[in-house]
Amino acid sequence: MAELNSKIPKGQLAEKWTNYKANTNLVNPANKRRLEIIVVGTGLAGASAAASLAELGFKVKNFCYQDSPRRAHSIAAQGGINAAKNYQNDGDSVYRLFYDTIKGGDYRAREANVYRLAEVSNAIIDQCVAQGVPFAREYGGLLDNRSFGGAQVSRTFYARGQTGQQLLLGAYSALSRQVKKGNVELYTRHEMLDVVLVEGRARGIVVRDMVTGAIERYAAHAVVLATGGYGNVFFLSTNAMGSNATAIWKAYKRGAYFGNPSFTQIHPTCIPVHGDFQSKLTLMSESLRNDGRIWVPKSKEDAEKIRQGKLKPTQIKEEDRDYYLERRYPAFGNLVPRDVASRAAKERCDAGYGVGDTGLAVYLDFSDAINRLGKKVIEARYGNLFQMYEKIVDENPYETPMMIYPAVHYTMGGLWVDYELMTTIPGLYAIGEANFSDHGANRLGASALMQGLADGYFVLPYTIQNYLSDQIRVPKFSTDLPEFKQTEEEAAGRLRKLMEVKGKQTVDSFHKRLGHIMWEYVGMGRNEAGLKKAIVEIAKLREEFWKDVKITGELNEINPELEKAGRVADFLELGELMARDALIRNESCGGHFREEYQTPEGEALRDDQNLMYVAAWEFTGDSAEPRLNKEALDYEFVEVKQRNYK
Amino acid sequence: MDLTLKIWRQKNATSKGKFVTYKVTGISPNSSFLEMMDILNEGLVVKGEDPVAFDHDCREGICGACSMYINGRPHGPDKAITTCQLHMRKFKDGDTIVIEPWRARPFPVLKDLIVDRTAFDKIIQAGGYISVNTGGIPDANAIPIPRASAELSMDAAACIGCGACVAACKNASAMLFVSAKVSQFALLPQGKPEAAERVQAMVAEMDRLGFGNCTNTGACEAECPKEISISNIARMNREFLSAKVGAQIPKEQAGGF
Repeated sequence: MAELNSKIPKGQLAEKWTNYKANTNLVNPANKRRLEIIVVGTGLAGASAAASLAELGFKVKNFCYQDSPRRAHSIAAQGGINAAKNYQNDGDSVYRLFYDTIKGGDYRAREANVYRLAEVSNAIIDQCVAQGVPFAREYGGLLDNRSFGGAQVSRTFYARGQTGQQLLLGAYSALSRQVKKGNVELYTRHEMLDVVLVEGRARGIVVRDMVTGAIERYAAHAVVLATGGYGNVFFLSTNAMGSNATAIWKAYKRGAYFGNPSFTQIHPTCIPVHGDFQSKLTLMSESLRNDGRIWVPKSKEDAEKIRQGKLKPTQIKEEDRDYYLERRYPAFGNLVPRDVASRAAKERCDAGYGVGDTGLAVYLDFSDAINRLGKKVIEARYGNLFQMYEKIVDENPYETPMMIYPAVHYTMGGLWVDYELMTTIPGLYAIGEANFSDHGANRLGASALMQGLADGYFVLPYTIQNYLSDQIRVPKFSTDLPEFKQTEEEAAGRLRKLMEVKGKQTVDSFHKRLGHIMWEYVGMGRNEAGLKKAIVEIAKLREEFWKDVKITGELNEINPELEKAGRVADFLELGELMARDALIRNESCGGHFREEYQTPEGEALRDDQNLMYVAAWEFTGDSAEPRLNKEALDYEFVEVKQRNYK
Repeated sequence: MDLTLKIWRQKNATSKGKFVTYKVTGISPNSSFLEMMDILNEGLVVKGEDPVAFDHDCREGICGACSMYINGRPHGPDKAITTCQLHMRKFKDGDTIVIEPWRARPFPVLKDLIVDRTAFDKIIQAGGYISVNTGGIPDANAIPIPRASAELSMDAAACIGCGACVAACKNASAMLFVSAKVSQFALLPQGKPEAAERVQAMVAEMDRLGFGNCTNTGACEAECPKEISISNIARMNREFLSAKVGAQIPKEQAGGF
């Protein structure tokens, strides 16, 4: 077992980042020009990092699989971004944002990283406003805030229901400026297939040009992965269709440890599944829980009648409704954290109180808010979300309650990184959702945007210099090195192998079957028997995939079936690691709920004695079991408590 | 629902394309248009035929990737949505649906329904930004911005860069796209210092890339999935004129600013 060094700076919590910045090695401007950095991904983390590094003077190459950097899936984030500005004078502070994030993550995140995140949060808002991000404002011209789950203050900045879009377009504009200046070379419609290691350090990547099919090699002094999460392992999720794990999975197979792979966020407010042909799930922003009240009927008879279409929700009298979140968690009510809200919905539906055709839905009701504030106010706050809902479900949420159900949304797990955001491969960094670092076992709403931009704008540009400072004498690498050739051959060989299977079943059919296994056994409720079963079934499915997958078209052209096949092949390996991780974690924490470990009231039961660690998995070979390394989590500054939202 | 689809098939950028007719059956009215396309493609793959290639990603109307010209209209018959938000309940059983890629010279077809929209990125690179580096920024509340300006700016900033405006325009004009970005910044105090340079650089790049002129038919606004207002074009024209009249020549014309 290798020693995991998280490189947390010494000193008091509030001094760590300041001390780090004061003592870290920097690279002088003349040397920056000679150093090249590859950034994979153009979402909030990738675009902000590429732009900021280029502004500093580094030569940056930035890759994305989409046709434009602006389409990265950060664009779809709706609700908002947190910051500890305390503009509302409601008692917020850097410490409180830090504390809420640690507690929301159920004490499975690193104190020092989370504190730094809270510390830089304010600068993100300043930066975005300067870029021309049109945040919502009060009539006096100052910035407006809303509240989100897991917090008792209003610290969320937003741009209607399109905050992710506006922040991404801000980062994209900064990136575009550097492209024009010649400091960033942009490679769109390029998918990373593998990372290249030379003498143990990350020195480049192998990519596929998705238009010509050409396999290409690129070299650099350091490689940054900002490739997002892996929720699509479940087939149905709120991720984009193309969101994939290939970059981080290949890095794992080259020696980067994978942190807490089983920590998945199931978002409570998504539009329920409507049929077998469905391709993805749509999120309804958590901000809706500010004004919407969640309920199911009090009696199973009423629920049954609703499912059969004999009764409408508006016909259920107030006293016959069970506002179960308000009942169970009076202090936070409808604004409990996501994992708590999701599990509570599942609990009601499993108990027979679910609504909709399938019984797998609960109501999110705005009638009280409309009566209190008027339709106009609600329309101003959520108009675009209501419109989106109506387009999909064909019901008017102003008149009848929305139906919602939890869906896979975000992965807290990801590549293990140290305080500098470097993986266990020297020179390979992971930022944004691609790393594991800041959200513990559960991410709070409006914190993903904060983390992506914190990593890209304000953390990586400092920490990467500490590594690059001793690389200034290293000349530019040739992609003719044998390591590059060999990695390219392996990547190309794998694609050829996929094409040569020439089986009978489509890629999507395998992906759907994997999704069913994952949702059933590695989803919202997990248990030992189910997880063991999942490990066996995923292995069987993987074997079947490599014997019977059918891919049409050619290697050297635009071939979406081939693209999907490569990604699903990786999901078929990653899914198994997720199940293994969930199996060793004999506790319930955050989004990880092991049915064996709960209080008599059905709340999550952690085991801080034995499991207060980051599970960092190490690849040991295709036919060998992965090795578990542990990074103990020391809570030096925060008192660890049972989470209580009651 | 049973449907007949007439779909533009084109192997790559250099080959000639043609319409091919397909039948799909048993489509649920609750499925989305792209799910209907998935079902068609799944069937084609099983038969060993090449599935129809199309751009798509978020499938919730915000990434701007999807780009189908359906029955003569970008993003199809429904108002204010993208192709991925279009649902089959908007069609009738037995309908014939014609599906084409965006047709505009600056957006060459790469395969089937996929077009190359890097021209839009190039226009943004020419000046669609405020020149601030990361860090050293004054407090976000240092400059109050009237709520109405912020809201109008947001209206313009809602553009998803899908290119429907260009596809809808008989001149393949990109004025709605460009004016949305120009307006977003022109309406904010942060955007003022570079307003004159920005509008000139972006318009010059738009012209260089071969987009056509605006003849005020309003087709772009009518087809825009985000309902970006044509009044942004008027604002851009004003900005452009006052930049010309002001006659401050940008120092770094080719190098950005």
